Amino acid sequence: MGIYLAKRIGLAVLVALFVSILAFGLLRLQGNAATALAGEGASPQDIAIIVETYGLDRPLVVQYATWLGNALTGDFGTSYFFKRPVAELIVSKVGNTVTLAVLSLGIALALSIPLGVLAAVYSGSWIDRVCSLISLMGQALPSFFLALCLVMVFAIQLRMFPASGTGSWQHFVLPAVTLGYYITPPFMRLVRAGMIDALSNDYVRTARAKGLPAHRVVLKHALRNALVPVVGLVTVQLGLLIGGSVVIESIFALDGLGYLAYQSISYRDFPVLQAVVLLLSLVYVVLTLLSDIVNAWLDPRLRVS
Amino acid sequence: MTNTNMTDTNQITAGLPGEAVKVPSRLSWTRIKDHPTLVIGGGIVFIMTLLAIFAPLVAPHDPYFQNIAARTIPPVWYEGGTRDHILGTDQLGRDYLSRLIYGARISLLIGFSAVAIAGVIGTTLGLLGGYFGGRVDMVVTFLTTVRLSLPIILVALAIVAVFGGSITIVVIVLGLLKWDRFAVVVRSSAAQISRLDYINSARAAGASTFYILTREVLPNLAPQLIVIATIEIASAILMEAALSFLGLGVQPPTPSWGLMISEAKSYMFFSFWLIAIPGVALATLVFAINLAGDGLRDLISPDGRG
Repeated sequence: MGIYLAKRIGLAVLVALFVSILAFGLLRLQGNAATALAGEGASPQDIAIIVETYGLDRPLVVQYATWLGNALTGDFGTSYFFKRPVAELIVSKVGNTVTLAVLSLGIALALSIPLGVLAAVYSGSWIDRVCSLISLMGQALPSFFLALCLVMVFAIQLRMFPASGTGSWQHFVLPAVTLGYYITPPFMRLVRAGMIDALSNDYVRTARAKGLPAHRVVLKHALRNALVPVVGLVTVQLGLLIGGSVVIESIFALDGLGYLAYQSISYRDFPVLQAVVLLLSLVYVVLTLLSDIVNAWLDPRLRVS
Repeated sequence: MTNTNMTDTNQITAGLPGEAVKVPSRLSWTRIKDHPTLVIGGGIVFIMTLLAIFAPLVAPHDPYFQNIAARTIPPVWYEGGTRDHILGTDQLGRDYLSRLIYGARISLLIGFSAVAIAGVIGTTLGLLGGYFGGRVDMVVTFLTTVRLSLPIILVALAIVAVFGGSITIVVIVLGLLKWDRFAVVVRSSAAQISRLDYINSARAAGASTFYILTREVLPNLAPQLIVIATIEIASAILMEAALSFLGLGVQPPTPSWGLMISEAKSYMFFSFWLIAIPGVALATLVFAINLAGDGLRDLISPDGRG
């Protein structure tokens, strides 16, 4: 376990380092960052000030090292647009994104576990086919289109929830429903596949042979074991949740990290964008690391390969 | 005729008890016919592709022609609709049906091209990692992990913002970002296949590595690749629509479905159909592609776990 742990953590650190290079380099692709920052029609003096302020005349490696060094101490620089420290900005928005993520994850699990179990238990029957049809239709509906439909019905016509903004719990309802719906289909497939695997195990057959009622076999014996790998796979799908939150927060102007990232792209606010890309990637790296460790702890066979 | 087909399928799916049944992945019509999802999904995709290819012949009007006097005319089934504009006109008086048909072009063009790029990158990486193993495999796994860690939509938005939105940029960005699934699946399959006897025989017979990879390993992966490509095309189409919707994809006045929804946002209270029509078109196309992909997967791996 010790060797596995060391290897796995080493990989995560390497990945994080590489991601930080990409996050930093991404915005230098165009060449002259200062002109891009200043926008079209900026005077040479403006550009000179930007070069001076952000130290853009230094070699890229030096810039990267400085940026990374500061980032490690929690200093991501100052936002060009908001004129506030990036770290402070991010801390002020992260709560909204976490709330949105937890709510939509809850919605997605509440939908995908029952549907996935149903599809697995009746695998191959019409119930399975209806469930897979639901999942296919869910996948096909663009999240931003669903968002606008929900706004039309629940915000404009019924006036039940606000169409956009942040402030009260009502502001979270429509975004969470949209995002939850968006991530449900892949979760459902994972639950179904995990359950089919679990149901084919010998202990399930034994439980059936003992004469246990079907619902106890499914819920107590199979589901519990099916959920372990599913939890691991769900963390891998978190990329979907993070990506979805960018689009959905932007549509609903929900003041979270995703909306901040979208704004920073529109305003070419590089320090903010670099920090958000790095942080969102790190969230993914840390979560997959944790899920791998938990899985390896639960299932010693995984530690070998 | 039907009888022979029946026996065909029976022979294929029947196996000894407890034995893993490997189904030959021939994509013959007799097999396809037994998968209604593939026929329906594939049919819709086929029709939409034809419409997209022959857009200049099919579209009733010029999709770029603006007519200020004929703005937001509702579709023909609403009061005030005219036969001349079956799906009405948009906020600039452009014929909505024509824009919709030309929009299919953009969606399909971007979906297919982006996935072609992604497929080549992912398959190459996967083949190398799976076949060689060891250090090469470590590099491939590492690159895949890095790619999976990056929030794809955010990176795509940022790159498009830096380089400016255009069809080419969107294709390149999505192509460079969406190779992960190809790499993961090809890597594990290639690793399995590389251990088989016939690969060893080819090696012993003096075949070059390139020959073994492209002629011996790759053809065996073709069915899986088709399934992944189908699903990835659907997802690339959705992603293009999302980028264009956010204003960082295809630029106006190009008729992209995502952009059409975005442009109609401010008119949505009185003219919701301006949003509903491209939205439904997008959902239908993606649904049809995924349906076909699901059918293909059933055809290839009938155990239903894939």
